[in-house]
Amino acid sequence: RWRLFSDLLYKHNFSEIIQRASKIFVSHSQITRLYSRFHSLDKGENGALSREDFQRIPELAINPLGDRIINAFFPEGEDQVNFRGFMRTLAHFRPVEDNEKNKDPSAGEPLNSRNNKLLFAFRLYDLDRDDKISRDELLQVLRMMVGVNISDEQLGSIADRTIQEADTNGDMCISFSEFIKVLEKVDVEQKMSIRFLH
Amino acid sequence: MSWCCFFCLQWATLRMERGAKEKNQQLYKPYSNGIIAKEPASLEQEIQEMRRSGSGLGGAEFDMSDIFYFCRRGVESIVDDEVTKRFTAEELESWNLLTRSNYNFHHISTRLTVLWGLGVLIRYGILLPLRYTNIPGVVTVLCFSGRMKSFLSEKVHLMCYRICVRALTAIITYHDSENKPKNGGICVANHTSPIDVIILASDGCYAMVGQVHGGLMGVIQRAMVKACPHIWFERSEVKDRHLVAKRLSDHVADKSKLPILIFPEGTCINNTSVMMFKKGSFEIGCTVYPVAIKYDPRFGEAFWNSSKFGMVNYLLHMMSSWAIVCSVWYLPPMSREEGEDAVQFANRVKAAIARKGGLADLLWDGGLKREKVKEVFKEEQQKLYSKVLVGGEED
Repeated sequence: RWRLFSDLLYKHNFSEIIQRASKIFVSHSQITRLYSRFHSLDKGENGALSREDFQRIPELAINPLGDRIINAFFPEGEDQVNFRGFMRTLAHFRPVEDNEKNKDPSAGEPLNSRNNKLLFAFRLYDLDRDDKISRDELLQVLRMMVGVNISDEQLGSIADRTIQEADTNGDMCISFSEFIKVLEKVDVEQKMSIRFLH
Repeated sequence: MSWCCFFCLQWATLRMERGAKEKNQQLYKPYSNGIIAKEPASLEQEIQEMRRSGSGLGGAEFDMSDIFYFCRRGVESIVDDEVTKRFTAEELESWNLLTRSNYNFHHISTRLTVLWGLGVLIRYGILLPLRYTNIPGVVTVLCFSGRMKSFLSEKVHLMCYRICVRALTAIITYHDSENKPKNGGICVANHTSPIDVIILASDGCYAMVGQVHGGLMGVIQRAMVKACPHIWFERSEVKDRHLVAKRLSDHVADKSKLPILIFPEGTCINNTSVMMFKKGSFEIGCTVYPVAIKYDPRFGEAFWNSSKFGMVNYLLHMMSSWAIVCSVWYLPPMSREEGEDAVQFANRVKAAIARKGGLADLLWDGGLKREKVKEVFKEEQQKLYSKVLVGGEED
């Protein structure tokens, strides 16, 4: 069988990739597209993406939360992400309807469940991974989103009010369950999903 | 003879496609229409909508769900963005039997492989040598052109470029030639490759603008200047915009001089879109003659990916493709209107060219090919979001 030309660089078998990938993304055409996209982002042609590869995307570079989103792709302490890792992170954004086609009871909770989408968003705030969003962490994210346009005091009071509204156990931090409660009416499934055209 | 070849092989490819479809085999899929569905709603609209549906209070202060907007937009841009795909060759709907345009090769049938092999033989064995024989002609003409009188030089130049066109087997269709650029004006066109120059110059005489190069390009540039005045800049001068603008206006003011040919994008783009036009050429205040150039990628990819291929490699690719097929549209001349600044004028011209050539009209700067995006765009996003936050307080 002829292989994908880039396989010569990537040194693995395309059909193997598709097989393993189909546990994460069901559609063959979506996997092919993502592989193609991964390859076009991988300027160093070494089978893995670095943070610079992501920062080369202008629309991502101007996104106020760009750096945090890029971080979400890299496992703890690593600065390279391979195709599998790339797909696993993107799988959080599959629409929930997709799961209807892949009812596998032994597979555990799918990556794109409402819970896992919320966890993804929670982790954007919770930089130190202690399962709590502290006032400082909240302020950091707020500062990233508003830039220089809002004063420290105003931002501080916004943060305080947000924590007051969400915090139910009085520890001045937002835990994951408190986070879920605050967002229970929001249509997370739609807002944190990306629809593929084919 | 080469015409027959092209059409035979095109027919063959179409037959292969049909055959594969009948057998329901996985074939090459077109990616040109985008991979994901993107909502066109603005930052304010989306965030307000999210808040209304969540807490029922539109325009309230910060909501923890606000990050969803940035998060989703960020991941969307990772999967498919408007800019980076313009700097690599366009993906084709059907394979044109050129390995270089092959991004997703799956072995379909032995017949197709045989056809591909035949294609290679024809392109490298017959077409390429035939095209090479034109090169001595070009070189000779260039070397002697400096000594010609000016009334001859026009004829000589046209002939020279037409030999180049034959060297590449470029099949060009010129539309609306009544709008061809006249003396004392500037001709602007979208830029895909150095061949754009050859295509335009074989149908009319232009004064070129560009940086002084060394090596072979430098020799060609010096030879061209002997025949008629072109505007070549030293690299250091290019940075001085006033100097550049002065030289251009002086040239344009002299009605005996040829129209200047400028590519305002400043870099090669892959012919699926038109990117930001640099305003320099639109500040001069003379008539602008827009030209739209659209290549047909099925016969040969004309886009020069300068980070991947050098000039020599690129020329080799061009000469071993089936053909370079393109359409050139001369648009009616435009001038800056009252109350319009250079940037608005540039955008208007860009929109006209994009419309005529069937290309996407983008605001992004072609310079993003090599440089990072400016911080100021991120600051704009932050400002927009701050308005939503603070605006909520005032409600």
